[in-house]
Amino acid sequence: MPARAVGGLRPPDVAGPAFDPTLGWRLHPQVAVRPEPFGALLYHFGTRKLSFLKNRTILAVVESLGEHPDVRSALRSAGIDDPQEPPYLHALGVLADSNMLIKKDSQ
Amino acid sequence: MTSIAPVPRLIEQFERGLDAPICLTWELTYACNLACVHCLSSSGKRDPRELSTDQCKAVIDELERMQVFYVNIGGGEPTVRPDFWELVDYATDHHVGVKFSTNGVRITPEVAARLAASDFVDVQISLDGATAEINDAVRGPGSFAMAIRALENLAAVGFSNAAEPTMPSRHETEEERGRRPKISVVVTRHNVGQLDDFKALADRYGATLRITRLRPSGRGADVWDELHPTADQQRTLYNWLVANGERVLTGDSFFHLSGLGAPGALAGLNMCGAGRVVCLIDPVGDVYACPFAIHDRFLAGNILSNNGSGKPRGFDDVWRNSALFTELRSPQSAGACGSCGHYDSCRGGCMAAKFFTGLPLHGPDPECVEGYGVPALAVGREVPRPRVDHSRTVMLTLSRPPAQAPSRPCNESPI
Repeated sequence: MPARAVGGLRPPDVAGPAFDPTLGWRLHPQVAVRPEPFGALLYHFGTRKLSFLKNRTILAVVESLGEHPDVRSALRSAGIDDPQEPPYLHALGVLADSNMLIKKDSQ
Repeated sequence: MTSIAPVPRLIEQFERGLDAPICLTWELTYACNLACVHCLSSSGKRDPRELSTDQCKAVIDELERMQVFYVNIGGGEPTVRPDFWELVDYATDHHVGVKFSTNGVRITPEVAARLAASDFVDVQISLDGATAEINDAVRGPGSFAMAIRALENLAAVGFSNAAEPTMPSRHETEEERGRRPKISVVVTRHNVGQLDDFKALADRYGATLRITRLRPSGRGADVWDELHPTADQQRTLYNWLVANGERVLTGDSFFHLSGLGAPGALAGLNMCGAGRVVCLIDPVGDVYACPFAIHDRFLAGNILSNNGSGKPRGFDDVWRNSALFTELRSPQSAGACGSCGHYDSCRGGCMAAKFFTGLPLHGPDPECVEGYGVPALAVGREVPRPRVDHSRTVMLTLSRPPAQAPSRPCNESPI
């Protein structure tokens, strides 16, 4: 199974070039989320790709993304402040790269 | 400083099992028009106890409740079941995606058109040689032509840009790439030299290539000694897989080779998911730890068995509560492999490969990259025979492919 893990202990890194946290993002409508004790499994029914969220905080962020005008406000409301955000931005960038997250204004 | 608490590695969490499988293999019938020499499920004849249409739908209902994202449907040849399409539609209507394996016998132009129009159904054509000679020696006369016809029919209905000469410049989207037909190859001593040819074949038909390991399971036990790749071939295969990365699928088949290079070089999770994140439901409702382990030793239970109150037990109960799966999810002993530096990457290799070659489960894989499988295979060993065998009485035997010089020398260089 093609799979990648995000949201864990990877060192902070630059997010994908297309990922802009000042914009609003949401889950792709074809992505199913299955919560698990360690975090969650994400499956994209369109691309057939599987991803893993490695903790419950990133799961809360991903699930609430669509309700926020931009990524940073979703992070803040999940209790992640400025110094804590780099690994989360990285994880969200990885999800955006694989089309699991899309910009709010896209189809 | 971040506030993310250290968590165990993901695969360590997976080794303790999930509440539901990530995906599972479901063999719908033991009936098959072919009689491949290495068939994992010793298929041929239909079993009269095979699940009815309604029983199959009840399984799908459970998979939907458990949020199993997709099932890998196989057999036997699943498309020979008269209710095959009814079950495929039922699954996708209930949010369970379908990937099915076929030898191509029923992939007519009409069926290909229907597949191209369905969003959540993937087709995988089995092919074990890039030429008819190599393929038919294992899968039987005419099987290469049948598979190629299926691939032509699929390409003709335009699954992907590669098969649409009218729009050559348009970039293929990730979704289109995911929906491509797959060509599924079991790698053997005779076809390992054809990896680039398989890739070219896949490209020609707008398909994605999938390469998996030959297991000594089912009838595979009878031919494994002659067909499994040599140590040099394993190294060539490993290098080829690393070079091709995520463009070639492997179903995590080759984690036993991960010690040949840097950790993470081989794409995928690289762990044994048996009874932890995957399993097999066979045509009569028996649940086994994995598709390569059809033997009483790895039988977790039957979904139709009585749950104590007169109702069928169901799949969810077998998955969560069977003694076998509980055992597989408990910490495993590294046994004889404990002192080996590669144990962290290969985890002792494939349980089914060890079992069906008569090797102890807590020891090296028969294809261990350190070569520890070789002396283990050389000593007197008893190879267990499965109780379940649906082979037809007149069996094909492995015919020898024509003698030929290797197309290129084996890669002798150490990694």
